[in-house]
Amino acid sequence: MSDRLTRDDVAKVAHLARLELTDAELDTYTEQLGAVLDHAADVAALDLADVPPTAHPLPLVNVLRDDVVAACLDREEVLAQAPAVEDGRFRVPAILGEEP
Amino acid sequence: MTAVGNLTHEPVEGDRFTITSEGTGDTWEIVVGLEVHCELATATKLFCGCPNHFGAEPNTNVCPVCLGLPGSLPVLNQNVVELAMRLGRALHCTVEPSVFARKNYFYPDMPKDYQVSQYDQPINVDGWLDLPDGTRVGIERAHIEEDTGKNTHAGGSGRIHGADYSLVDYNRAGVPLVEIVGRPHIRHPEQAKAYIDELRAILLATGASDAKMEEGSLRVDANVSVRRVGDATLGTRCEIKNLNSLRSLGRAIEYEARRQVDLLESGERVHQETRHWDEAAGRTRPGRSKEEAEDYRYFQEPDLVPLEPSAEWVAAVDAALPVLPAERRARLAEAAGVDPTETAVVVAVQRDLDSLALAAIGAGGDGRRVLTHVEHNLAVEGAESLDPAHFAQLVTMEVAGQLTATQAKAVLTDMVATGKAPDAIAAERGFEAMDTSQLEGIIDGIIAESPQEWAEFCGGDDKRRGKLQGFFVGKVMKATKGQADGKAVNAVLEARRAAAG
Repeated sequence: MSDRLTRDDVAKVAHLARLELTDAELDTYTEQLGAVLDHAADVAALDLADVPPTAHPLPLVNVLRDDVVAACLDREEVLAQAPAVEDGRFRVPAILGEEP
Repeated sequence: MTAVGNLTHEPVEGDRFTITSEGTGDTWEIVVGLEVHCELATATKLFCGCPNHFGAEPNTNVCPVCLGLPGSLPVLNQNVVELAMRLGRALHCTVEPSVFARKNYFYPDMPKDYQVSQYDQPINVDGWLDLPDGTRVGIERAHIEEDTGKNTHAGGSGRIHGADYSLVDYNRAGVPLVEIVGRPHIRHPEQAKAYIDELRAILLATGASDAKMEEGSLRVDANVSVRRVGDATLGTRCEIKNLNSLRSLGRAIEYEARRQVDLLESGERVHQETRHWDEAAGRTRPGRSKEEAEDYRYFQEPDLVPLEPSAEWVAAVDAALPVLPAERRARLAEAAGVDPTETAVVVAVQRDLDSLALAAIGAGGDGRRVLTHVEHNLAVEGAESLDPAHFAQLVTMEVAGQLTATQAKAVLTDMVATGKAPDAIAAERGFEAMDTSQLEGIIDGIIAESPQEWAEFCGGDDKRRGKLQGFFVGKVMKATKGQADGKAVNAVLEARRAAAG
């Protein structure tokens, strides 16, 4: 098992992603994610001073569109997908001081 | 925070706001850095073709991209890049190759559960903004990101805490923003307000944003800390949110600085946190603790490729930049022969009357008098369409003594209303320069009518003389129906008193 990542780290990341994991799952993912980090460490051990970081795998930059209005969705159709609706808005559970 | 009342403050050197503790006698200074979010004035959103339009019916400007529906893909709006660069270059930033990142968090204002922003590689870096008072405030970065939806908290108290549920409108989700991160170079609440005023003028001049604080298209957060005057290191800062007006901004900074000084003077520490300004209560309250940056788990947005504006594109942006407020102030000040920090110069540019003033000065008008009229007598509709040659002529008549200051103001008002030339208006109104002998005759008559007052004027102490001077000037103005030049009246009175003494 990797020492780069603890079970507590995985539990914290799972909480941030709002994932509920069982004890067994925490063990599994700690081991699997640890292996990913071990691989990243192999790469980090190389001398890459002259290699620019890869921002994107595609050899493309500046994919742009014109500032032209396109059709929107119909509101009734949009709101029909939601579990709860009120006053033309999505109704969501109370938020307890967790704003970004 | 009862001890807040034991602190006094006074501006030092005109540009620094300090707080002196009565307990220790220590003097503290305020250090402020501002973060400003402004919505860009595009037709469509950042990554989709939905209208970027304030005030539409809830959830009518939405599509699969800004709703984060599975399978949708963002495409960057070219005009966002154009406007962001225009703003960046106006703030003297360097345009760098940039990438977009996902800022992950769970909150229903973003249906994707992440906000696309620029993180470690922003488009604009390292610029500055010059305030009218001459202070240069550094700009760390001005990056592109998307706005969030709007939550309305329902039920309970209506506040976030105690709300039963929230209603969400995603019309604003995905609207393009530029966040301008200023360096902590501000030392006074008034400077913070001036910074926002100047930034707003630049946003309007470049067409980047309509910059309306009341509609939320310009939003300000203030990072406030304090330190003992002379300390080189920065104190622990708090980020103040919910600043909905310039007045709130100034009040919140002052309140927060006093709160922090009070904590530190009592041997406590300032905790780095986000605080909310309560305008009604006139205080800041703790919000949530500032999350650590890694909690947002930023990573590069895989659905967007890097942005690398060409040198040609940046050059075209530079070539199209309008003359900015700081340069307009400098030009006007030079033409008028005054300092660019003078209020009249600042006001002339704010009111967009600097080209009129420049043209009037160019047509031979006295710079100082032109500026005085712009500052005090031209805050009226239609002032900008005044004929500069007429304006110059009016000022010249005033300098030559053909019109008093009061008459010149009246003529100017008529010029704006009618477009007529000043000499024609002066003639219509019967404003004719009174020659000195005529004025002397009137004054001599008044002196003869009031021998008691005149004796006291000649012989009394300064205070009494001052009062009687007002008495005589008033009589002369009454006799001349206000057309006498105050300066000339005083000169004659002084000459007569010298002769009598």
